[in-house]
Amino acid sequence: MSFFARFAQNRGALVGLIILLLIIAMAILAPLLFPESPWRMVQRPFLPPLSQDGFPLGTDTMGRNVAAGIMHGAWVSLLIGLVSTSVALLIGVPLGAIAGYYGGIIDDILMRFTEFFQTIPNFALAIVLVAIMQPSVTSIVLAIAIVSWPPVARLVRAEFMSLRNREYVEAARLVGQSNTTIILRQILPNTLSPIIVLASLMVATAILLESALSFLGLGDPNVMSWGYMIGAARTVIRQAWWLSFFPGVAILLTVLALNLVGEGLDDALNPKLSRER
Amino acid sequence: MSVTTGSVTTGSATTGSATEKQSAETVLSIRDLNIALPKGADRALAVEDVSYEVKRGEIMCVVGESGSGKSMAANAVMGLLPKGVHATQGEILFAGQNLLALTEKQHRALRGLKIGMIFQEPMTALNPLMRVGAQIAEVFEAHGQLTPKERQARALELLIEVGIPQPEKAIRAYPFELSGGQRQRVIIAMALALEPILLIADEPTTALDVTTQAQILELIRDLQQRRGMSVMFITHDFGVVAEIANRVCVMRYGKIVELGDAKSVLENPQDAYTQALIAAIPSNAVPPHRETSQVAPLLEIKGLNKVFRSRGGLFKPAREVRALEDVSLTLARGETVGIVGESGSGKSTLGRCVVRLEHPDSGELLLDGVNLSQLRGDALRRERHRVQMIFQDPYASLNPRTKVGMAIAQGPIANGTPKAAALKQAGELLDIVGLGASAVERFPHEFSGGQRQRIGIARALALNPELIVADEAVSALDVSIQAQVLELLEELKQRLSLSLLFITHDLRVAAQICDRIVVMQHGRIVEQGSAEQIFLAPREAYTQALLNAIPGREAPVAATA
Repeated sequence: MSFFARFAQNRGALVGLIILLLIIAMAILAPLLFPESPWRMVQRPFLPPLSQDGFPLGTDTMGRNVAAGIMHGAWVSLLIGLVSTSVALLIGVPLGAIAGYYGGIIDDILMRFTEFFQTIPNFALAIVLVAIMQPSVTSIVLAIAIVSWPPVARLVRAEFMSLRNREYVEAARLVGQSNTTIILRQILPNTLSPIIVLASLMVATAILLESALSFLGLGDPNVMSWGYMIGAARTVIRQAWWLSFFPGVAILLTVLALNLVGEGLDDALNPKLSRER
Repeated sequence: MSVTTGSVTTGSATTGSATEKQSAETVLSIRDLNIALPKGADRALAVEDVSYEVKRGEIMCVVGESGSGKSMAANAVMGLLPKGVHATQGEILFAGQNLLALTEKQHRALRGLKIGMIFQEPMTALNPLMRVGAQIAEVFEAHGQLTPKERQARALELLIEVGIPQPEKAIRAYPFELSGGQRQRVIIAMALALEPILLIADEPTTALDVTTQAQILELIRDLQQRRGMSVMFITHDFGVVAEIANRVCVMRYGKIVELGDAKSVLENPQDAYTQALIAAIPSNAVPPHRETSQVAPLLEIKGLNKVFRSRGGLFKPAREVRALEDVSLTLARGETVGIVGESGSGKSTLGRCVVRLEHPDSGELLLDGVNLSQLRGDALRRERHRVQMIFQDPYASLNPRTKVGMAIAQGPIANGTPKAAALKQAGELLDIVGLGASAVERFPHEFSGGQRQRIGIARALALNPELIVADEAVSALDVSIQAQVLELLEELKQRLSLSLLFITHDLRVAAQICDRIVVMQHGRIVEQGSAEQIFLAPREAYTQALLNAIPGREAPVAATA
């Protein structure tokens, strides 16, 4: 059975994938459908949704097109979510793998280092980092990655610790495989499921973190993001519900889609589960 | 007390007609029982058309291999069928009522009071945070009997009855302070607390050492006779059957294949499957004579020591366990040496030191003159291919995400063979161990336990090792599969002139395959000699005790008669 067929057996995952593809399509089509900058004031402010052609989701406090903001914001949110998660995985997985596999003093040193990051509240650290580095897409991505790798390292370490004494790992050691090969070929594939599930949640958290930073005014001033839109609309939430509602729905759907896809990937990557169904 | 008996009598009143069908001598009768498995299981019925009886004061053994449905009927008797599994036909008559028609509440009243049960795992059947005495007292409490003080007194009496050493101390002990055998005695005490008419024992000795197993079997037989109880004893081991059973019921694929008097079934089995099972028991512990070749030793172990130290914490002192003490032995080329011992004897540590999964503290491990014991790092990695291992657990020893072919080929690849050639060789090896080269492309979970063990053997062979260490390689398998795997090992040994270090707790298995046997206890070698000498003329008391504990040793068994 092909990989996709196994993936598609999980109906929720398929729905998630479709939503995710739609959001990606939105991000790609944004410059074509709304060639103008989403920051431009194009109509009178507080235009409700569906009240005028060309403004299906209405306009915001400054008369900017909400639909354009959401389309352009999709790109920023996805980019920040995916890139920061990848960076976090690149830091967390090797650290956790080495700590868990070798144990002893190496483990002690790496874990104290990890705890150093874990003792500082995530969001506070992210705010400080962005403020120091000047708000930009790069600094936001870096800040989110730096605050979100410790849980990855802890998870991977725990998995490695429980797997390193399995008989098949011992068998691999016996046939003379090197430590690197054992880590990469024997143990890491068996930790994939929890990593994937965690990663899909992390993409979602990263999108939320970016929204929260933008909400506080620490977003990149050159790009429109969903978080910025909600942040800007919070003062007028009783007069103009649509200003926070649509970006909120967009975030919700993206996070949901990512979780569903993550779950589907986990099922599809597990050779045992997929054939038993 | 009065409440529970009340519900029992009302039950018998409604099924009055059933009582007449049941003779006074029959305690439990199962009639035409069908138990359905949930959809998608490997067969529709766990138990099909099963009928048998347990008479007053007899031990009825239900024997079968894993998946035969032998435990299912017992679970139905206790009203403890797993979720999604239920009886679809037949009846279970006990004390004049159909147990299948009872409500959960009525069942609960019967359990413990009229029917006692002993489980397989003495580790998990007891609450780890409760004192032994309190757990026994809880049985009385659950059925609303006696005052708290009387309960403690009864608990002590019971502990004395089941023969726990120092019962006054044991009653205040926590389960972790007791050995496996002692825990099983506590569980038996709990099962007997309310003087049940019927005792159901589901593989009660499988997790125990042979000597402990012999004691527990004796205890069960003794208690059964003293109290005139009936026992339904579920086991996979015909040796145990020979030791304890009055009558036997042999099951396979959910059906009864043979039912009858223990003596006649063992001496003169009618059904082909029973015959095969009895023949598959590694035979009556007298090994066939073997030529012991006196060539230069392949493996020489000299004065090996290993101590395990647990790091002490702030409030706990460091602990030391001497796993190996001054162990010396030799193994000639082409010879099979068995290491036999009970759990904690250090036999596995010895095997793990030989393959260098453990680092011995001191001593020499000479393989063809090369000292393996002090090698480390890359030097060790280059020598690893010379000694390979077959692991105990066929489920844990294969990477679930690696295809079988790759699992076998990874050794040669790590040692420099090109991938294509290594995979081709893996196919040939799979052919040799009887799985066929097509298995290369499949994942481990597609194979049964016995087949996985064959894959494990193929993997060990892939590097053309000079020595193979088999650590309890057949212990996790059913007897008939066990016999096949042993046969394969024997055949491979002849064909490839392998040398084998065979570690086992099972003397009968050792008898079948080993040329020489080393008996270990508490990390030391107690006795070593040719298999014949160990079995027929053991010198040490401990070896004799081990041999006497083998279940079914004295009983006449068809295969050797």
